[in-house]
Amino acid sequence: MSSEYVLETKDLSLSYGDNQVVNNVSVGFKEKAVTALIGPSGCGKSTLLRTFNRMNDFIDVFSHSGEVLFRGKDIYNSPLDVTDFRRNVGMVFQKPNPFSSSIKKNITWGPKINGYQGDFDELVETSLKKASLWNEVKDKLNSSGLDLSGGQQQRLCIARAIAMDPSVILMDEPCSALDPQSTAAIEKLITELQENYTIIIVTHNMQQAARISEDTAFMYEGDLVEVGETSQLFSSPEHKLTQDYIGGRFG
Amino acid sequence: MSQASSPTVPVVASKNQKNRGGETLENPKFIPNHSGRRMREYAFRAVIVSATLAALFILIVLTVNVFKQGLPWLDQQFLTSFPSRFPERAGIKSAIWGSVWLGGFTLLFSVFFGVGAALYLEELAPKNRINRILEVNISTLAGVPSIIYGMLGLTLFVRIMAFERSVLAGGLTLSLLIMPVIIIATREALKCVPDDIRLGAAALGATKWQAVRDHVLPAAMPGVLTGIILAMARAVGEAAPLIMIGALSYVAFVPESAFDAFTALPIQIFNWTSRPKEEFHALAAAGIIVLLGFLLVCNSIAILLRLKWKDHRR
Ligand SMILES: Nc1ncnc2c1ncn2[C@@H]1O[C@H](COP(=O)(O)OP(=O)(O)O)[C@@H](O)[C@H]1O
Ligand SMILES: [Mg+2]
Repeated sequence: MSSEYVLETKDLSLSYGDNQVVNNVSVGFKEKAVTALIGPSGCGKSTLLRTFNRMNDFIDVFSHSGEVLFRGKDIYNSPLDVTDFRRNVGMVFQKPNPFSSSIKKNITWGPKINGYQGDFDELVETSLKKASLWNEVKDKLNSSGLDLSGGQQQRLCIARAIAMDPSVILMDEPCSALDPQSTAAIEKLITELQENYTIIIVTHNMQQAARISEDTAFMYEGDLVEVGETSQLFSSPEHKLTQDYIGGRFG
Repeated sequence: MSQASSPTVPVVASKNQKNRGGETLENPKFIPNHSGRRMREYAFRAVIVSATLAALFILIVLTVNVFKQGLPWLDQQFLTSFPSRFPERAGIKSAIWGSVWLGGFTLLFSVFFGVGAALYLEELAPKNRINRILEVNISTLAGVPSIIYGMLGLTLFVRIMAFERSVLAGGLTLSLLIMPVIIIATREALKCVPDDIRLGAAALGATKWQAVRDHVLPAAMPGVLTGIILAMARAVGEAAPLIMIGALSYVAFVPESAFDAFTALPIQIFNWTSRPKEEFHALAAAGIIVLLGFLLVCNSIAILLRLKWKDHRR
């Protein structure tokens, strides 16, 4: 049963201090599929997403109970090296955050510090190609990543994540700081990437969820209300809350 | 709402701006009080401009004065001779080299320990009570009079560690003196680096140290360098703590090792100004010009480094 999912939570509750913001969530993420996390702002989507690569470790007051299983192993309780683990789970942030170094170094830095053994030039090219950015930047690999447009920067961040050869890529509203055109480019990219990667994407844009995801999970005030195939969830939601939310009645 | 829909006279923008009377235009809900605001604006500008001019004026008077007195004495002979009882034979060579040695040691120790401490406190240390208390204490240390550091240096480096009155003891003392400033400046610079960078690096499987070394510290570098420059400028100009640890004022040699006795520019200048003979005052002025030149060179190097740094990071 657990082999079906790359990543899975069991009875997972997440708190900041005394404030529990995610309640007893049990959900699985299928391999090589896009799963969208939707729900009104503040319902705990980002908090949940950040547990999948343990980025919440950086928040002092954060605590959790329950399990997060990556390929069957609890990432919080097995004796694994967090930095090693993060290599397997890439993350793309809401605001594009390339390093202020060259495009090339943006790609190679992660692999370098993790002891990558292959050819770096090749890695740069394949990563940028997979992120559909190669043609735009191949002549200026040594110019700063910050000189790119917002959409290009975000694709650079995706390329940077891909270069680590992760199996899962987490995205937290990756298009919310972008114009419609760049958004379309990223969406197209995500559908391409799902052939090789498990993608979990937080979005407040329901059309986006409907367009790009195979599964959708709807959260409300820290509860996982409903999860299922996207087409199913959007056409005939089981819960009234889900229906109201995707019907645009709140949120 | 109703105001906007009523047929008011279309107001031309240029007319708007010319209106100085403070009479209201089309919307009685606002009384802009143009004349009053404009007057306060002028008053504010007058105050800050005169503050700037006053500071500039004092600086110019001082500089002109120093140059007028000192320039005639500033020649090859002055730069390459040791101090002497006879003003026309006296020079500043030992003080220049003393300051170079001091500056080198001070830079070495204060940057290593200062930036290191700041990195630890800001990036690696848990944000607990002890560290907050430490933080407050370091800020306080920045305000402690330099003579106190001299006393500390005398006890710690000269006596206990038995470095005697060496240029090493001097450098260590000055390092202690400016370390709080460097720590504070570095921490402020680190605080200004957005968390995005740290998280982005962590998400790629980096340790905290790797993120700091390759991204956070480089991003903070301009601020760190500025802090170091300001701190070094202070160190190079300090006489009191050096006198306290027993730096000599008559030194007829150049330090050749860390354990040699030394003098320094501010000590030499201080020594000359306290002599009765008029010519020595002029020599002091010449010494001040050398000190200014010294600072100028240091700052230029720092600026060059900063530019280089930017290119290098590409
Ligand atoms: N670092 C934090 N410290 C304390 N509370 C937080 C922190 N981050 C988020 N929260 C709280 O957790 C709840 C869920 O936030 P979040 O996961 O960011 O929601 P979403 O991404 O769905 O908008 C919110 O009530 C928010 O105020
Ligand atoms: Mg969020």
